[in-house]
Amino acid sequence: MTNRAEMTRRDIMKSGAAAATLTLAPGVTLMAFGGTAEAAGRADAGKRWGLLIDASKCSEDCNDCVTACKVENGWGKDAEHGHISDEQAPEWIRKVTLKDKSTGRTTSAPVMCQHCEEPPCVDVCPTGASMQRVDGIVLVDKHICIGCRYCMMACPYKARSFVHETITDQVEQSPRGKGTVESCNLCAPRIDSGRIPACVEACENAGHSAILFGDLKDPDSPISKALKQYPSVALRDDFELNPGVRYTNL
Amino acid sequence: MRLVLAFLAAIGFAGSAAADEHLPVELPHATGAPHPEGNDYWRIHHMDMLLHDRDLTMREGIRNVMPGEDEPIQASLGECFDCHGVQDDAGNYVTFEDERHFCRVCHDYAAVEVDCFMCHRSTPSETKELRIMATPDDPSSIEAYLARVSGEMSE
Repeated sequence: MTNRAEMTRRDIMKSGAAAATLTLAPGVTLMAFGGTAEAAGRADAGKRWGLLIDASKCSEDCNDCVTACKVENGWGKDAEHGHISDEQAPEWIRKVTLKDKSTGRTTSAPVMCQHCEEPPCVDVCPTGASMQRVDGIVLVDKHICIGCRYCMMACPYKARSFVHETITDQVEQSPRGKGTVESCNLCAPRIDSGRIPACVEACENAGHSAILFGDLKDPDSPISKALKQYPSVALRDDFELNPGVRYTNL
Repeated sequence: MRLVLAFLAAIGFAGSAAADEHLPVELPHATGAPHPEGNDYWRIHHMDMLLHDRDLTMREGIRNVMPGEDEPIQASLGECFDCHGVQDDAGNYVTFEDERHFCRVCHDYAAVEVDCFMCHRSTPSETKELRIMATPDDPSSIEAYLARVSGEMSE
């Protein structure tokens, strides 16, 4: 086993990702990260993770993505509703059903953090807790979140929620506690270990495959090809936030 | 903080000068292999190492600080409790609410508050699969998923 007392931050940075090293002069090196970062477990600036949700494949009575998210991240237990209304309860992902009043046609789709390229929640955060990773995932660093909830007000998608109750028995990969804001983090712990988000997996297992996951920066990825081929929309595109979550057949 | 360090250094010196039974508190026995850095190092530096790992994990997505190890993902507070879980008389693991919890034994004595467990789990986890990188034959791996989806789209 490696002796961590002898490892420096630089050692860890080097070991954490495949580094291409170019020696300019003795003792002077240029290092570039990336390439096989997926296998090495590090957020990769060469990627931008996103989702394409096909509302025509989403079933109105199916809630599997929400259930999977609750199990994966440990939210939604009855104990968390003790002193609050249901409107205030933690909610990382929700099913929304739209109805066209003139025709009566209904469509259903999940709404979660839209992982904006220009996230208003990050702009307003006074401590830097609301943050964006280099691979485009927007999340809350609960270590420095002071629970002011500005980000909840800034988010046009109502994607964030606040933990009102003391939480025990958390899921190991999803720490959450009273007094902090939280939202969908696109299952960052799963992505970092090379796995797809829980909602994507659940939707596929339910036989719908309504959520397509992939790298928006890679033109050959299935999500980029689908976006190029078919019409899609960003929710509230007028804000020009360029969300990483897109919808089609809405 | 300086006082804390002094206290922990004191435990460290006591530990190195004599056996652990001369510590001012009785430490719960841990399972598993001992830390290669030695207990003295951990008693003095654990908070720095945890703080360091937290920023690597949260902000940079580095879960694997030591690639090549058998269990590669080691930047995890949860892993502490694989060895440092304390069981009560009935055999259940005690949470940080209980004064027998591994962290509380020292921290109660030193009167240093620990905030970690306001959010983090304080007992051994039942699910540990995310600590290991997914292999391409794992159906939930990104590679397997993309291969499946690409296949469906080209049909």
